[in-house]
Amino acid sequence: MRDFWNTALKDLGKIGVAYILITVGVWVVFMILIPQLIMFDYSLRPMLPLRDIGGPKDVWTLKNYMVFFTNRLHMAIFFKTIWSSLIVTVTALTICYPIAFYLAKVARGAKIGLLMLGLIIPYWINELLRLFAWQIILADMGILNQFLIFLGIIADPINFRMGNGAVILGMTYAYILFMVFPIYNVMESLDRNQLDAARDLGASWLRIHYKIVMPHAKPGIAVGCTMTFMLAAGTVAAPQLLGSPSSFWFTQVINTNFECANWNLGAAYATVLMLLCVVFMFMMLKLFKVGLKELTQ
Amino acid sequence: MGQDVEISGVSMRFNEVYAVRDINVHIQAGEFFSFLGPSGCGKTTLLRLVSGFMDPSEGQIKIGGKDMCKIGSNNRPTAMIFQNLALFPLMTVAQNIGFGLEVRHVAKAKREKKVEELIELVDLYGTGDRMVSELSGGQKQRVAIARALAVNPAVLLLDEPLSALDLRLRNHMRAELRNIQRRTDVTFIYITHDQTEALTMSDRVGVMSIGKLEQVAKPDIIYNTPKTAFVASFVGESNIVDGDIIRIDGDYALLKTAAGSFFGKNPQHMDKGETATIFIRPETVFLATDSHAENRLTCRTKTISFEGAYAVVTLATEQGQIFTMRLNNDGSVPRIEEGETIKVRFNRENAFLLKDGGTSIA
Repeated sequence: MRDFWNTALKDLGKIGVAYILITVGVWVVFMILIPQLIMFDYSLRPMLPLRDIGGPKDVWTLKNYMVFFTNRLHMAIFFKTIWSSLIVTVTALTICYPIAFYLAKVARGAKIGLLMLGLIIPYWINELLRLFAWQIILADMGILNQFLIFLGIIADPINFRMGNGAVILGMTYAYILFMVFPIYNVMESLDRNQLDAARDLGASWLRIHYKIVMPHAKPGIAVGCTMTFMLAAGTVAAPQLLGSPSSFWFTQVINTNFECANWNLGAAYATVLMLLCVVFMFMMLKLFKVGLKELTQ
Repeated sequence: MGQDVEISGVSMRFNEVYAVRDINVHIQAGEFFSFLGPSGCGKTTLLRLVSGFMDPSEGQIKIGGKDMCKIGSNNRPTAMIFQNLALFPLMTVAQNIGFGLEVRHVAKAKREKKVEELIELVDLYGTGDRMVSELSGGQKQRVAIARALAVNPAVLLLDEPLSALDLRLRNHMRAELRNIQRRTDVTFIYITHDQTEALTMSDRVGVMSIGKLEQVAKPDIIYNTPKTAFVASFVGESNIVDGDIIRIDGDYALLKTAAGSFFGKNPQHMDKGETATIFIRPETVFLATDSHAENRLTCRTKTISFEGAYAVVTLATEQGQIFTMRLNNDGSVPRIEEGETIKVRFNRENAFLLKDGGTSIA
């Protein structure tokens, strides 16, 4: 640790070190800690008329949390959100693992650049616009339905936006990069000779992936899954734009609470969601036997 | 048991550029065979063709008499040791060695027994449970050898595996490799750019220039009777002088050069009037007495570098041609000083006249 500081001082000078410490400190305190603490504080207080705030009724209570745990509908939506986010995560992983492997170990030269570009270009467009695009594709008289009718596969348009299918599809699409890049990064560092060596020793492709590539890519898979899950569980845009009106997501419930001016309940719900994401992250770490340190690499 | 490897007419093209061209060689079962050549000569490509990582553009590779065309590397009776060893870093030593058996679904008990045997063979007692990253360079080498031998290959392919080791360890591993080869009787195909490595370990050496196999022979024959200018200049040190052949004398020819006219062997049977290069090894150059008339040079000694067992003397002829001579420190040689003018000579049996194939890397 002392070495670290000495090198930092030598390389950056006192002003440089101070600048970094202050900017990071300000960011952590004002952008992360204080907002979270304020939200946590909100979640523990009852909703009160303005004149009672700071008064004798304004005390810490778990009432808001009790509302959540006693509301069966909200609990159901919460678990559905977990389940759907898991589906998004697994779907994205299934799609992205081969893409990442192809990019990192199979494709060469210009092909890599072209594929990367293909992956990144959609992200030059705002997330909302991309979701609107899916709305257009999946609409009752949308491109997909018209195409299927044109091919004669269906006679009447399918309502793709019933249930959660469209939301899961849209989310998977939206978060593919967050899954591809962490996995691609770790796979890049895998020595190609190890693949050849495993092959040479008689391993089938499936075996090579199971025994060599996947263990090596574990930290990337853990990062990709954690990010995708958190994004899926935490987004409000995708369910709002692609979900059916009859099928709510937990983020929409939080959103409604805030819109109905019950910030305290909204804060409590948001805290529950945040806890879920933290728990999920640690579960992933445990599952992939990856340390927090490796995760950040 | 080893199997023979028959490489016939094998060429490999990458985008119209030949990495190897028309290679023909029959490697015997149980032989220690080395491909020796400078980097970029295509020797690694050749090894990868034998291992099945790629298929040749032309030609045929047979192992044990069986055509290997369309047989993938996982189904060939070969095992490869990579230049960087390519050990699996997330596995223990025992898991590394047992990998080939595991993917072949060998039962656990049998597998463990075999791994134990191999650990013994390569002298790695007590390291089975360690991660490969905890091992020294030499130990990693042994793990790589054991891992390759675990699958009972008929042919072991080695891609410069010793190049990362320091000199002392390299010498030791050379002996060790040779030893393991004799004990297991597996055919070894060894790739190297290090001539000492090739000459000391191999039963036969194939010298490669850019994509071409120049000469295949026993190490002493490669060194003593190089067939081409490339082999003569790549293997060992030589004094090299260009000239024209002015007379043929049986197996010998007389070459007229700027430094004088010299007799040498004429293995390529060149004719009078042809341009040729004469190669003379420094250790075959001696101090001349008056009784020697043939192949004699008068030189000034430029530098004398004393190495202990011998001294390397750099000489310059009147015309500025540089000559190197290696004098054994056996007391038979009078003391020479730098700057002194001396007469040296060499025997016509120790000099070679060869066509400059354009691939000489003098």
